[in-house]
Amino acid sequence: MTWYVSRRFLQLIPVFLGATLLVYFLVFSLPGDATAAICGERGCTPAVVTALREQYNLDEPFWIQYLLYLKGVLTFDLGTNFSGRPIAVIIAEVFPTTAKLAVMALVFEAIFGIVFGLIAGLRKGKLFDSTVLVLSLVVIAVPIFVLGFLMQFLIGVKLGWTNPTVSGDATVSELILPAVVLGLVSFAYVLRLTRTSILENVKADYVRTATAKGLSRKRVVVVHILRNSMIPVVTFLGADLGTLMGGAIVTEGIFNVNGVGLTLYRAVLNGDGPTVVSIVTFLILIFCLANLLVDLLYAWLDPRIRYA
Amino acid sequence: MSSIIGNDGITETRPAPPEVRPLLELRDLAITFNTANGEVPAVRNAHLTVMPGETVAIVGESGSGKSTTALAAIGLLPGNGRVSGGSILFDGEDITNASEKRIVELRGSSIGMVPQDPMSNLNPVWKIGFQVKETLRANGLPYAPQDVAKVLSEAGLPDAESRANQYPHEFSGGMRQRALIAIGLSCRPRLLIADEPTSALDVTVQRQILDHLDRMTDELGTAVLLITHDLGLAAERAHKVIVMYKGQVVEAGPALELLTNPRHPYTQKLVASAPSIASRRIESAKKLGVETHDLLAPDTARADAKDKVIEVEDLTKVFKIRGSWGKSTDFTAVDNVSFSIARGTTTAVVGESGSGKSTVARMVLGLETATAGNIRFDGVDITTLGRKELFNFRRRVQPIFQDPYGSLDPMYNIYRTIEEPLRVHGIGNAKSREKKVRELLDQVALPSSMMQRFPNELSGGQRQRVAIARALALDPEVVICDEAVSALDVLVQAQILNLLADLQAELGLSYLFITHDLAVVRQIADHVAVMEKGKLVEQGSTDEVFDSPKTAYTQSLLAAIPGAGLVLPPEAA
Repeated sequence: MTWYVSRRFLQLIPVFLGATLLVYFLVFSLPGDATAAICGERGCTPAVVTALREQYNLDEPFWIQYLLYLKGVLTFDLGTNFSGRPIAVIIAEVFPTTAKLAVMALVFEAIFGIVFGLIAGLRKGKLFDSTVLVLSLVVIAVPIFVLGFLMQFLIGVKLGWTNPTVSGDATVSELILPAVVLGLVSFAYVLRLTRTSILENVKADYVRTATAKGLSRKRVVVVHILRNSMIPVVTFLGADLGTLMGGAIVTEGIFNVNGVGLTLYRAVLNGDGPTVVSIVTFLILIFCLANLLVDLLYAWLDPRIRYA
Repeated sequence: MSSIIGNDGITETRPAPPEVRPLLELRDLAITFNTANGEVPAVRNAHLTVMPGETVAIVGESGSGKSTTALAAIGLLPGNGRVSGGSILFDGEDITNASEKRIVELRGSSIGMVPQDPMSNLNPVWKIGFQVKETLRANGLPYAPQDVAKVLSEAGLPDAESRANQYPHEFSGGMRQRALIAIGLSCRPRLLIADEPTSALDVTVQRQILDHLDRMTDELGTAVLLITHDLGLAAERAHKVIVMYKGQVVEAGPALELLTNPRHPYTQKLVASAPSIASRRIESAKKLGVETHDLLAPDTARADAKDKVIEVEDLTKVFKIRGSWGKSTDFTAVDNVSFSIARGTTTAVVGESGSGKSTVARMVLGLETATAGNIRFDGVDITTLGRKELFNFRRRVQPIFQDPYGSLDPMYNIYRTIEEPLRVHGIGNAKSREKKVRELLDQVALPSSMMQRFPNELSGGQRQRVAIARALALDPEVVICDEAVSALDVLVQAQILNLLADLQAELGLSYLFITHDLAVVRQIADHVAVMEKGKLVEQGSTDEVFDSPKTAYTQSLLAAIPGAGLVLPPEAA
């Protein structure tokens, strides 16, 4: 087990190198001069441009630039963005908000998705099942920005139950609505996945045996059907955690949440190379860790899986 | 019909007091399934009585409704099934429409169940001990670790205390079945429903488990409703046998009477051709000095038995098993095996799972390379053949596999399935190939109208006939049957065995028959090789091996053929 975990951590090294190289190369190949983005409309004097090129090593060839960047990362210096703020500080500032949002979305989709999926699976073909199936299909089919604006308008503006946008503090109660919107599509997938998985397990021989042993229906459902059905669902949820951390650009935009997604989006617009590379690398690491967590959870849920 | 089933079965070995009321009684039970095509009757007018402490067996082929009938007794019909008529009485109480609560009360504590497949009936994510414990707990019995261990060790599980902490996948099939028996009997039910409790296990394990089950139910005075497809097994284990066919009880009565004097045509066929019974009859007949010729499958030309078509010499196969830290250990699956097949005869390789018999078959087919030793086909060593020579060799040696469902491509119609090998080997043109396919279908007794059908429209027996036709398409000299009849119902099994024997006589084929079922071997093989853990422990002519087995292992295999205790008059058929 320890060996497995340490091996998985070692695997992070090539993933990290490959990902940073790729992202760095993409940003490097962006058309236009990076200094133009910093100087803006008015432009800078040639002396300032030279100084900037010096500061960000823009005159060096690609490999040297990349290696200098790596050296910085390894000494925990992510450098500064084009406005001169340390990137590490920016991440430390926006990440807690995004993490809060992602975890809330995950909790929402897990609880509601599993409960609804369980009920739908146990009542296959009944009204509840059909309704939920159609609704989940609608949620999957309609783009997230439509759902987001719609819910913002209805709940935030019309009903006034919550602020339509999130303040700088991003309190938990403010984040509820964005979290629901963010988790909505995954909720529909979790629901459907749980339902399918339950349907498969209901017919399993060991479920019949458990019933024949004289167990109550409730116990058969919770102990023998639900736990076995959770195996594929947990895989999905774990992978989704990684996605939610970085993929909240649209939702963060709608609700004006000052999180990682929005920051990354702005950095891309401004051609702020160092910020883009650092944030993407950071997200990749989170994604890898989330996957490792899934694999460990997997072994806990299914004892047939053993890591050596 | 009910008069036959009534109480006249109790006069058997262990009589119950006559005034005792039946423990389980099914009266005119009808069960229907709700399918896409409307209500389909699965069981009609089923009558059945189980007295306290009595063992009653329901015998029938798959789809006969035997399991459905038994499962209805504890309300375990699948979601689309329902009791549509008749009544179920348990100890005098009508439970046909009992409340869910009452049924849950009865399950486990009054009626226990041992299911069919030990691989799928234990929940893989819970420890064995937990699954025993929750049974005890749900039925209001003490469930401390020592109680759990006691239940498991009663069922013959060694070292129960530590075993209880293991997961099902850490158990062998036989151990899992013991755990399931432990669960079934843990609450001391008065009736145990045993649904094919051992059909997924090796014969010797099957025997041990059934013996143990017999002893336990005897000691506890538990009545058993045994469901099986094997008439020999039913006759050996039960006081009373009920034969079901197409959802109806066609015959019922004391076991021996039913075997010696079957009245219904279906029972007669079953008695005449069930392999376990048939092989017993051969044995009995020999003891009585009766000519057994017509009991055996049609004898084939073994005059020039000197001519060996396949010779296997010191064949060895070592597999590398990957361990942790990149280390690997050697596993010898086949260890120095030598045997030969005389042209036009059948050699059977017998063994239990893990004995290496299928690996031998794969090597002879050229699908697996041998680690050492050689295989000579017509005097040529096939282990040294090149790619092209191997391709030609495959024309002359064809396989038939166990699973008639898995070995036919569902996307190919029957014509394409049988024609494919001809096309691959570039034989003839479209017209001559079609003629050949017609001939082949005729040989395996399928109508040529079947050519346009797809595998899913065929029964298991029909599929296996298609597989045989495909194997014969290239006019092979040797056919390797890897458990070719094991997945089939007994009557279909007998038909396929007869077909194989007829084809052998007609085409002079040689068979290598890989099987775990000695009853089948008795009927078809001329020569038997017994394998145990990769080694060939005994070989000889079928008569020699069956009459005077030399090794203890062969003896235990022979003893494990169901119906060992039965001595049958040969004129029974």
